[in-house]
Amino acid sequence: MALLEIENVTRSFYGVNALNGVSLSVAGAGITGLIGPNGAGKTTLFNCISGVIPPDGGRIVFDGADIAGRRPDQITNAGLVRTFQIARGLQRMSVLDNLMLYGADQPGESIWHALVRTPVSVSREKELVDRALAIAARLNLMRVIRNPASDLSGGQKKLLEIGRALMAQPKMILLDEPVAGVNPTLAREIGEHLTSLARDGLPILLIEHHMDMISRLCDHVIVMAEGRHLAEGRFEEVADNAQVQQAYMGRRWKSAG
Amino acid sequence: MEHYLVAMGVTAGIYALMALGMNVIWGMAGLINLGLVGFFAVGAYTSGILTLKFGWPILAGIAAGTLVASLFGVFVALITVRLRGDYLAIVTLGFAETMRIIMSNELWIANGTDGLSGIPGPFRQALGPHAFNLQFLAIVIVAVAILFVLLQRLTRSPFGRVLRGIREDEQVVQVAGKNVVMFKVKAFAVGTAALGLSGALYGHFTSYIAPDLFAPLLTLYIKLSLLSGGLGNNVGAVVGAVLVVFFLESTRFVIPYVPELSAVQGAALREILIAVALLLILRIRARGLIPEKVGDFPLPEPTRASQPLKP
Repeated sequence: MALLEIENVTRSFYGVNALNGVSLSVAGAGITGLIGPNGAGKTTLFNCISGVIPPDGGRIVFDGADIAGRRPDQITNAGLVRTFQIARGLQRMSVLDNLMLYGADQPGESIWHALVRTPVSVSREKELVDRALAIAARLNLMRVIRNPASDLSGGQKKLLEIGRALMAQPKMILLDEPVAGVNPTLAREIGEHLTSLARDGLPILLIEHHMDMISRLCDHVIVMAEGRHLAEGRFEEVADNAQVQQAYMGRRWKSAG
Repeated sequence: MEHYLVAMGVTAGIYALMALGMNVIWGMAGLINLGLVGFFAVGAYTSGILTLKFGWPILAGIAAGTLVASLFGVFVALITVRLRGDYLAIVTLGFAETMRIIMSNELWIANGTDGLSGIPGPFRQALGPHAFNLQFLAIVIVAVAILFVLLQRLTRSPFGRVLRGIREDEQVVQVAGKNVVMFKVKAFAVGTAALGLSGALYGHFTSYIAPDLFAPLLTLYIKLSLLSGGLGNNVGAVVGAVLVVFFLESTRFVIPYVPELSAVQGAALREILIAVALLLILRIRARGLIPEKVGDFPLPEPTRASQPLKP
């Protein structure tokens, strides 16, 4: 069974059906691309999976448990962590603090442990610092580790989004347009980071509009249109699919064949 | 004059306690609480009633005032959990006014607008007025110091980090795996406990409390303290509170020297000066005299050199 199984998920906003019963499954390895024209419901689906917006109906099974309608923090703690399309750095916090915030199981987040500085909370903090620095080193964020997140460049903010997700020790990450608005050189670099994460055993589900990124990175591509699953397969296969072309380009009235 | 300075010192200390409490809710967690004076009143009345009518020892009264204000804080946090910004501000402002109006009209609780008089102070008779004030100044300074150390620990802890995260972007903190509602409630509980403590101390110091002491203007003075000192920063909260009391009191002496001004006009001019001071601070140093620093918190040294990461 796939790691993430989505069955017949629906969600509407004031009568507009953003998701019309979408069903798809994401394997527990490699990079899966989620593409589709604007308004296909990709980001809404991400919001439903991550609990930011509860779905109206359907089942979302992650790692054997139905997580549909749970709170975002419960879903993150179950091992499914998402990033945001527009990088949402915690502006007046340092890069390190941004990373540390995503650390799980920190007893120091309770008032008593914080006041007393219990040994468990201090040693957990050490582990989290280790992890945060390792992630920062891996993502080339060491130079800015003490800077406020507001000082980062657009590309660095995208890297920080990925880094924060990694801090939570995820079993799978959902990336919403990790290279949108990033210059081509950095986009390639981010792509390499993702490939290497996937190679290290972290499954990734990725929304992206840059087709060259998708073709380069993704082992498997799922196409959504009008709130439904439309097609899936290897990138070349879905790119050749007439329905997919139609969804992106529109219908041709006088087809020459 | 010396008596006056000591009394002002106590006032400044009590303002500092309030500013420290407010800083947890507003400065750290970013939740606007305009009901500050309501929690201050809850602390003052609880301790006043218990010591005066039920003969509780003063320390027990102060502890009860702190605890009850904190319980009110939890209650208000729970009913406002889905509110932010202006809406939260209005509801909390409404809470404080509700408290004041209840205390004015429900005579059986604490004599309505006549207020409670004769609230006992520690060793008031034995010491005489001047020594009593000096002693109270020492008590307040110790209270500020203890609260400062405790809150400084909270600020620099993982708990403080989550609160700052909520201030910046609540949804990101949820996705980070934190139960945001619980943290907001805890921020209110801690902050309003400090407000209750300051109220209780105030009652035992002046020996008299009445509903009209708990008007919204006091809330604004504390907001002004935080804004001028540096929001989100415990040192700034204390410095700001002392500055505001100094400013409020020193203008008392300056105004009479302004020619052609009646006493009423002079009083109005003081309020105008306070408004001007706030505008100037926000214009020149929007983050306050001692701005909150980003990323200066001491973290434990990493135990190992950074190593390749396995997710």
